Amino acid sequence: MLDTPKLPERHYLNNGHGLKSWLLTKDHKRIAIMYLISISAMFLLGGLFAGAVRLELMTPEGDLFLADTYNKMFTMHGVVMVFFFLIPSTPAVLGNFLIPPMIGAKDLAFPRINLLSLYIFWLGAAFFFYALFAGGVDTGWTFYTPFSSFSSNTNVIPTALGAFISGFSSILTGLNFIVTIHRMRAPGLTWFRLPLFVWAHYATSLIQVLGTPVVAITIIMVFVERAFGFGIFDPTRGGDPVLFQHLFWFYSHPAVYIMILPAMGVISEIVSTFSRKTIFGYSFVAFSSLAIAVFGFIVWAHHMFVAGISTYSALVFSFLSFSVAIPSAVKTFNWAATLYKGAISFETPMLYAYGFFGLFLIGGLTGLFLATLGTDIHLHDTYFVVSHFHYIMVGGAIMGYLGGLHFWWPKLVGRMYSEFLSRVSAILVFVGFNLTFFPQFILGYMGMPRRYHAYPDEFQVLNILSSAGAGVLGIGYLLPVIYFLWSLKRGEVAGPNPWGASGLEWQIPSPPPTENFKVQPVVHGEPYEYTPHVAREANLV
Amino acid sequence: MSGHVSPKSLYYSIFGALMVLTAITVFAAYVNLGAMNAPIALAIATFKATLVVLFFMHVRYSSRLTKLVVVTSLFFLAILLGEMMMDYASRGMGVVLPTLQ
Amino acid sequence: MSNAVAHAEAHGHAVPHDALQHHFETMQQQKEASTLGMWVFLLTEVLFFGGLFFAYLLYRVWYFDAFAEASRTLDISLGAFNTAVLIGSSLTMALAVRSAQTNQRSATVRWLISTIVLGCVFLGVKVIEYADKFEHHHVPGPNFVSESVWAAQEQIFFSLYFTMTGLHALHMIVGVGVMSVVTWMAAKGRFDEHYYTPVEMTGLYWHFVDLVWIYLFPLLYLVERHN
Repeated sequence: MLDTPKLPERHYLNNGHGLKSWLLTKDHKRIAIMYLISISAMFLLGGLFAGAVRLELMTPEGDLFLADTYNKMFTMHGVVMVFFFLIPSTPAVLGNFLIPPMIGAKDLAFPRINLLSLYIFWLGAAFFFYALFAGGVDTGWTFYTPFSSFSSNTNVIPTALGAFISGFSSILTGLNFIVTIHRMRAPGLTWFRLPLFVWAHYATSLIQVLGTPVVAITIIMVFVERAFGFGIFDPTRGGDPVLFQHLFWFYSHPAVYIMILPAMGVISEIVSTFSRKTIFGYSFVAFSSLAIAVFGFIVWAHHMFVAGISTYSALVFSFLSFSVAIPSAVKTFNWAATLYKGAISFETPMLYAYGFFGLFLIGGLTGLFLATLGTDIHLHDTYFVVSHFHYIMVGGAIMGYLGGLHFWWPKLVGRMYSEFLSRVSAILVFVGFNLTFFPQFILGYMGMPRRYHAYPDEFQVLNILSSAGAGVLGIGYLLPVIYFLWSLKRGEVAGPNPWGASGLEWQIPSPPPTENFKVQPVVHGEPYEYTPHVAREANLV
Repeated sequence: MSGHVSPKSLYYSIFGALMVLTAITVFAAYVNLGAMNAPIALAIATFKATLVVLFFMHVRYSSRLTKLVVVTSLFFLAILLGEMMMDYASRGMGVVLPTLQ
Repeated sequence: MSNAVAHAEAHGHAVPHDALQHHFETMQQQKEASTLGMWVFLLTEVLFFGGLFFAYLLYRVWYFDAFAEASRTLDISLGAFNTAVLIGSSLTMALAVRSAQTNQRSATVRWLISTIVLGCVFLGVKVIEYADKFEHHHVPGPNFVSESVWAAQEQIFFSLYFTMTGLHALHMIVGVGVMSVVTWMAAKGRFDEHYYTPVEMTGLYWHFVDLVWIYLFPLLYLVERHN
């Protein structure tokens, strides 16, 4: 080390002060920070609902909440977490912040649309909060008809409109990314020199623009049924509620890949950086992102095996569902091969990446049980399903998101957080997560159905384990809030490239200036060029 | 930077073709063609849509990327419609289990 | 296109065009970004209407008699008239874009205003048709009246009729709104042969709206007209 790094004098954070300079900004980095604050608040809210659910389930009797209240708790947990946290999480925060510097651009292609997407997100959240304060909603985050159209007497319309509106925010983000990646790349930055993070976000954006409109029209059809008494899915007039499920899952299955693909992009960056090696099988990892995006659209009806779809189509959907395992496995094996003989170090982002491997593996493999028609009949609507998708959406997507947040935090704010506390939190999250959700596999297999507030006595031990794990997980999630806030003022100054990573975004100051690059960069090299020399130097740091 | 400028006459002839095709659609609806009424109406509509996309929307003269976006939208629309049709078309066709002796 | 590149290179650094935003290098890049963005937006629209069309097709196959009966209550002459109006508005829109491409300011404004007028005519006819449906209690829901044995399934037809045409009309209202702004910009002389992207993008959107109607007309009005 030559001398201690200093913060740059001018950067995007001090370029303009006051609320107005933030609310009217067109800078993708500031918009990302506002997304970060917004979705962190939503995550906290969703976490509180999850806490309420776990608290109720500590005892077999439904003693804490009435059944109706419990229904609202898990519904609002799901709605908040899916529509207002997981869908925007990695793309809207890290993608927004990092894609322009990663491809050598000054901003996204449509900065005003980017700001608009944030306002739309807030508007959607406002609808949700209205529903919340008006008494909540109890349909489950899936809004299944005819319950949502005619039977439920809770605030379905504002909640559904909240999801509908925030969907447009997601579409606009995806559209912006697609155009940016196509049209804003620096000279010399060909498609196969792009960071895998960018490839993953490209695939994610495809799902956002292809899937979200379908759930939007589906919500509109529920809306006209509920608001005007129209009949489209109404069985009393000959409508088919299963049609709703088809349309809903056409989006909502790929939506899982909106959550997991960006996390996979993050993991690719982290793994390569902390094993000081170029990624193994770059083009396979890149194309597997696209393959996941495309395959994700042909498998949706595995959510509906017991809903009354035809036996033959169930067989076909079951078979097709296995196809998603192929690109997922390609990624996992390539990450493992990247680690092989690497100069691995265990900073916090890498711990999260390791956590991701374990949890994603379990989540992915249990997905195969559920894709299998025969076993799904037994496991459908049990805690096995709940556990499976939490392993993917929390164990996979949130581990990736947090890993990315720790990895790029020095770039976001220019300062380091406490390495000790952050390692503790990574371990707490991993342990707490497994303690929460592994017992749920067993519970589900034994036949405990989801969405009930009471259960037979013999399930209590495992449920208490799960609730205890939720407590540990909660602490693991709260710790970063503390040390991230602490780092803002007191953290050690990070310098442009604290990890010795190779991407373009690490060559500009931390925090970056508003225009990212003083001069248009030109790219000559391949991605992930970690020479032994770089590795040695980085290890010294 | 003005892109491709089509002659006015092209636009007028496309307009004429679209009007004639609309008239044919209405006319065909009044003729009993049995099961063929709907497919013919949809085929004419698709032909009209193709004319609009190729000439009014300039896709014929657009970049490969624009064409790719158009094809992508149709591809995923086909997945959406096709897989749902697969379910509805095979409803009620039960798998006959072998009876145990 | 090659001319355009040459132009951008020749003028890119010397005199940046007024409409060039700071984060783009050239007008060419800016225009290509807008065009791609618009097409991706239209892609979302295809899937948006796609879900609705499937619902229509499914129930039409299931309840063909109900759909045929309900469809016959729609006024075919108004439907055909509106189809002609909308195709006409697509023509005027295409001519507006052409005028903008060739830097004819007053022609651009004229064709845009014609498009707006035709769009409003379409919406006016739609209002007449909707009013008729309310009068005859053909709006699905508690006030729906029909003597047919298929009364329940006819409600599905009318539910889809109102949702599809309603969303289509909503798209037209948005289009007319956007077009009014673009017309004002054109009148102010904001466009020239190097920068007319807003006119072109509005055109793409308007043609798409036309395209949806091209399918809606035979599907809703012409289910079975021959008996």
